[in-house]
Amino acid sequence: MTEKSKPDKARLVQLFRSFISPEYVIEDAETQRPYECDGLSMYCEMPLIVVLPDTVEQVQRVLQICHQHSVPVVARGAGTGLCAGAMPHAEGVVLSLAKFNQIISIDPLARTARVQPGVRNLAITEAAAEHGLYYGPDPSSQIACTIGGNVAENSGGVHCLKYGLTVHNILSVEMLSVAGEKLSIGSQGLDSCGMDLMALITGSEGLLGIVTEVTVKLLPQPEKAQVVMAAFDSVQKAGDAVGGIISRGIIPGGLEMMDTHAIRAAEDFAKAGYPRGAEALLLCEVDGTAEEVQEHIAQVESLFAAFGATSIRSSQSEAERALLWKGRKSAFPAVGRISPDYYCMDGTIPRGQLAHVLTEMQRMSDEYQLRVANVFHAGDGNLHPLILFDANVPGEFEKTEEFGGRILELCVEVGGCITGEHGVGIEKIRQMPIQFNEQELLQFNAIKHAFDPAGTLNPGKGVPTLRHCQEYRALETRPMPASTSDTGAA
Amino acid sequence: MADMANLLQQQILSARADARKLNIIGGNSKAFMGRVASGEPLRVAGHSGIVSYQPVELVLTARAGTPLTELVAALDEQHQMLSFEPPGFGGGATIGGTLACNQSGPGRPWWSSVRDQVLGVRLLNGRGEHLRFGGQVMKNVAGYDVSRLQAGAMGSLGLITEVSLKVLPKPAVTRTLVFDVALQDAVALMNRRAAEPKPLSAACWLDNRLYLRLSGARAAVDATLSQWQGQHSGSPLSGSQGRLLEDDESFWAALRDQTLAFFEGEAPLWRFSIKSTAVNPDLPGNWLIDWGGAQRWYRGAASMAQMQQLAEAAGGQVSLFRGGDRQADVMHPQARALQLLQQRLKQSFDPDGVFNPGRLYSWM
Repeated sequence: MTEKSKPDKARLVQLFRSFISPEYVIEDAETQRPYECDGLSMYCEMPLIVVLPDTVEQVQRVLQICHQHSVPVVARGAGTGLCAGAMPHAEGVVLSLAKFNQIISIDPLARTARVQPGVRNLAITEAAAEHGLYYGPDPSSQIACTIGGNVAENSGGVHCLKYGLTVHNILSVEMLSVAGEKLSIGSQGLDSCGMDLMALITGSEGLLGIVTEVTVKLLPQPEKAQVVMAAFDSVQKAGDAVGGIISRGIIPGGLEMMDTHAIRAAEDFAKAGYPRGAEALLLCEVDGTAEEVQEHIAQVESLFAAFGATSIRSSQSEAERALLWKGRKSAFPAVGRISPDYYCMDGTIPRGQLAHVLTEMQRMSDEYQLRVANVFHAGDGNLHPLILFDANVPGEFEKTEEFGGRILELCVEVGGCITGEHGVGIEKIRQMPIQFNEQELLQFNAIKHAFDPAGTLNPGKGVPTLRHCQEYRALETRPMPASTSDTGAA
Repeated sequence: MADMANLLQQQILSARADARKLNIIGGNSKAFMGRVASGEPLRVAGHSGIVSYQPVELVLTARAGTPLTELVAALDEQHQMLSFEPPGFGGGATIGGTLACNQSGPGRPWWSSVRDQVLGVRLLNGRGEHLRFGGQVMKNVAGYDVSRLQAGAMGSLGLITEVSLKVLPKPAVTRTLVFDVALQDAVALMNRRAAEPKPLSAACWLDNRLYLRLSGARAAVDATLSQWQGQHSGSPLSGSQGRLLEDDESFWAALRDQTLAFFEGEAPLWRFSIKSTAVNPDLPGNWLIDWGGAQRWYRGAASMAQMQQLAEAAGGQVSLFRGGDRQADVMHPQARALQLLQQRLKQSFDPDGVFNPGRLYSWM
């Protein structure tokens, strides 16, 4: 970043206020305070300025000004992210897209919705419900998180195994480049010609552009959903039972596991009827036509019995289904009640490694003298260890971070990855070199450079910047091949 | 069946050093795709074999030159499948080429595409660096999604050497219903059926017949069959009794592999990837509609400019899939800003333009 033409804060505020309502250009610390962090509140920073534009043209002008003056831009949705991806930059502008909260249109026959980036995930499903449709990905923050943030993080949820992540459920985005240029990526068809830019943008953590509109796919609501809860006296048996279901050819809508600490906390909190003495609990939800659910539930029940479940209970009503899920869905706040603070990790592992990883984690837990509770998207291998700590004890957060880092290393060691759905942000940037070697990180840097040569979009997040990448920097001065077509198609 | 990655790496480094260009060839089953190839052949078929397959994890990893037939055989034994139903194009198609050309069959709208199911790749870039992106797990959001970026890039960003995929169990039962329906009604019907929570797994229209495939648990398929077969009063289907298609597996395989009579002959084959509900482009001639309306094939001579206009009016894009003038651009023309962006991405992976020059676009 060059400092040559950087204007002072007062000048920037004046520039922004020439086209954005003054109250939506926030410069004072008190009003900026809610923006100092996202859902990972251990990482805080106060921004230079917060802006809340409400037209694409205003966003475009903000970007143009920031680009011209090399001012960092951090896009922000609802601020529910869990990797400090939306943490402000001290010398930068927080670009809040909260005012872009309109569902532009729903096409029930084509099963699509065009939405602005600040629309909440759950609001899409609510609006689609009258057509018998819903939006698939359902991160646990779905009541608050926005679709723009979902695109930035490639958000998942408990139904990923069957219905996919954000990347599988969106068709197109309208976005602005770092220089404020409009780009239309994807189409209303299921694919587009050439390299898959939609995939590249999804999960790029605000490093490649600013999304101003998203077209999502909608799915028909299943006729029926039913959940089976099964308790086991060992994690190994529960893990084997998960494998058994999948080997049988059943892809459950949701398949969740909790360990003994999580079970107890959740039961005390939600009173869902979880067996407090169990070592592992599985929740297996089957959805589909009424006939299909009936057939599969019977198979799941007998499989759980064959794999040694100590108790099995299937929901007999919508109310019971909701109750059984309530425990799982409130597992995080439930754990919050048994500890002053907790730190949620997000590794993914091959499912077969679960017992080994949990054993190793328990060993580390003893070593660090920090308790850990586990909730696990068992179907897709996404593990959420919750490390319990007390931030008021000097040094305990640092110890927790170190423990968390070692868990992520363990995930990579067994063939998994450092983040399944929360993203890298600032939080896991130190672990990126565990999963990727220097050449791979340099390739990431080169991709970033293709979109944002000056590196002003969400700097310091997602991908560590390596110093010695002259070859990539040299690209900037390389002459572009002459264009043979300029069609203006979009 | 061997690991030839080191040899391939040497060939790339040497080509780069001598400023030579390379034409990546796997099973050579898709030589007809894209623009005319140039450069020395870089043969990948020998870099073959399944590296790992854990049915219980639903994950398979194979070297790029592995023929699809070999993958399907291994999956068959476990009653699993490549859910994206890739075309075999005469049996030579490899998994690397299938990903590079983003080829998926009739089940794509319901069972995902190859792009959707890819979990990770290893890739030799234009600097000859052997890189690994993604992994062998379903959820992985560390770093940019370089694996899926390769889908449709036709090797322009590098040589894919290994692919990890999510695989799925085969459905217990599959049945196909056929109805006599005219084109204009077929599109609306396909979309109406797709909006129902039923086990639809393919929807295609050809020669005034609508084919709806149902796959899943026996009870679900049977119940839907009887509902859909009899339920036609007041709909465009009235007068057409749905009937079961005998040997439907052969029909869907022939559609997937493009061996139906529709695909025979020399007339240019255009592929429209458009909004599933779009009114069919106003172009008289021979049409085949697949993917529940989202993929439409047309046989006949036309200009790219004309086809581009029709595709955009229908909310999507067009490509000249087979035949016609392959010296000209065959992919949907790109907006200026996207063209520049893709050129910069190409340079980030392949700064000297070693791979597949001009194969995807004349300007790349």
